[in-house]
Formats: sequence, C-alpha cells, structure tokens
Amino acid sequence: MSLGITLVSHVSAIPTGLTKLLEQVAKDLSITTAGGTNEEDIGTSMDKVLQAFSDNKADEILAFYDLGSAKMNIELATEMTSKKIHLYDVAFIEGAYTAATLIEAGVNLTEIEKQLECLKIKK
Amino acid sequence: MGLTVNNLIDWINNFSAKIEQNKQYLSDLDTAIGDGDHGFNMSRGMKAVSQKLSTKPETITDVFKQIAMTLISTVGGASGPLYGTAFLEMAKKSATSDDIGELLEAALTGIKKRGGAEPGDKTMVDVWSVLVPEIKAHNLTREKIDSAVAATKDLVAKKGRASYLGERSKGHIDPGSQSSGYLFEALLETEGIL
Repeated sequence: MSLGITLVSHVSAIPTGLTKLLEQVAKDLSITTAGGTNEEDIGTSMDKVLQAFSDNKADEILAFYDLGSAKMNIELATEMTSKKIHLYDVAFIEGAYTAATLIEAGVNLTEIEKQLECLKIKK
Repeated sequence: MGLTVNNLIDWINNFSAKIEQNKQYLSDLDTAIGDGDHGFNMSRGMKAVSQKLSTKPETITDVFKQIAMTLISTVGGASGPLYGTAFLEMAKKSATSDDIGELLEAALTGIKKRGGAEPGDKTMVDVWSVLVPEIKAHNLTREKIDSAVAATKDLVAKKGRASYLGERSKGHIDPGSQSSGYLFEALLETEGIL
C-alpha cells in the first residue's frame, strides 16, 4: 500500500509553494493540494479536498493543513472518500516536510507518526 | 404540531432573510476578532440554499440533506463545515424523528464533534448548548436567545480564528453565536414547528 500526501490551506499559493519544497526531497511521492475556496477566495473547500484525495496516486494519504476550517473540511472529505486518510495536528510545513522525507526513504507509517509526534501543536 | 417540508422551508428562508439583512453586522463582528467574512460567507451560502429549495424536496430528510450539502460547498469559512454538519446530523436523525428538539440536539452533538468546541470556548456551541434544552422544554423565548448571544461577549475565545487573539478576544460578541441566534429567532417566528 503506497503512501501519499495532501496539503490543505486557506490560500492556494501556500500548498503549491510547499509542494515545490517537498518535491526537492521526494521526487517520487504523490503530493496533491487543496487551497482556497471554490471561488478562489481565502478559505478551504471540502470539494477541493475530496478532489485532492481522489487525484492522489496513493491509496493511503497523510493530510496536513494550516488552520481550523481546513481540518473540518478534511474530516468531512475523509467521511466521503474510500481512501484511508491520516490527519495530523502538526506544524504545517515542518510536518509535511518530515513526512515527505521519510516516505521517500521508505520508512513505515508507525515510524513516521513517531517522528510527527514532536511537531504536534494546538490548532 | 411537528416539522413538515413546508414549515421547515419557511424556517430556513426566514433564517436566510435575517442573514441577508445582517450580513454587514456579522462581518463587522468577525472583523473585530476573526477574518471578517462570516456575514458574507453565510449570505452566499444561504442564498444558494434558498435557490436550491425553490424546487421543493419531498421529505424533511431531503430538505436537511440539501441544506447541508449546499452549505458545505458554498460557505468557505469554518461555518460551512459546522452548519453543514449540523444540518447533516438533522438529516440523519430525521429518519427516525420529526421532533425539533431531538433534531437540534443531534445537530449540537455533531457541531461539537466537528469543531471540538465545548461550552465556554466562545463559539456557536455556547448559544446552541443553552438554547437546545430550552427548545426541548418548549421554553424558547426571544429574551433567552438575546441573552445567550450576548453572553459570548465577555468570554475569551479558545477555538476558531479568534483564539489566536487570546485575552483580546474579550468584549466582542462571537459572530457564529450571533448567526446561530438568528437561526433560533427564525425558528421561534415560524408557525407550527415549536
């Protein structure tokens, strides 16, 4: 079972930029993004999150987000997708970077989650 | 009396009218302690809901479901998933009950689970957790709605965008609580549900 990453943010340029950063260390990883609302305003969109899950080549996805409503839309989309989604309340950039590096190195999910533990923040 | 497709749609259209009338005020409240878009987000969402309901669904479950899916897709801010979840939980519950108190109680459980907020966190949960028991006891009044909304003013926000302000979130009414107040006012004014 392959692992992928989905990045969710209130502004579309944020996950697009973060993807560039992650691709530098994880060329083979499937990274999909959901940024901004359906009208491209600031906010998050459940439809976009669901699309990002579906576009991801992996069937098991680690999801990272910036602020509150992003988390809620990820949770709603998680209930509507058949893929297995893991959601982390961690520092957005550092968490996604850690996961990308470790997935690319072939580290298993349990080990990745142990590393993410110390990046947990209240959101 | 009980909930019917007709009085449910009346309630929601009345709520939509109140949001439209007060969208600037709601956004002003949100500008003080949040990201300033609550009124406009809710207005966009409720306009889409009223539009959707102009073709009348056959059952109250379908009405709730359409409201939920429309709000989730159109609102944008945190109120999309929160109000969306509330109506989705009412859709589920309406398969076995048409009692408005039981439906709203299921909605409140859903809101708390989705947002992780508890009473006292300065969120819509503060208004819902005070007023749902009043509705169940057939004691909802305009005064109780006003006082539940006003009570959020002196709280320090623990959830949502306002929580980043810490102590400085005090002294402002929570916008989600105010819009929830309109939802309950609209319910109180709609004949035949309570």
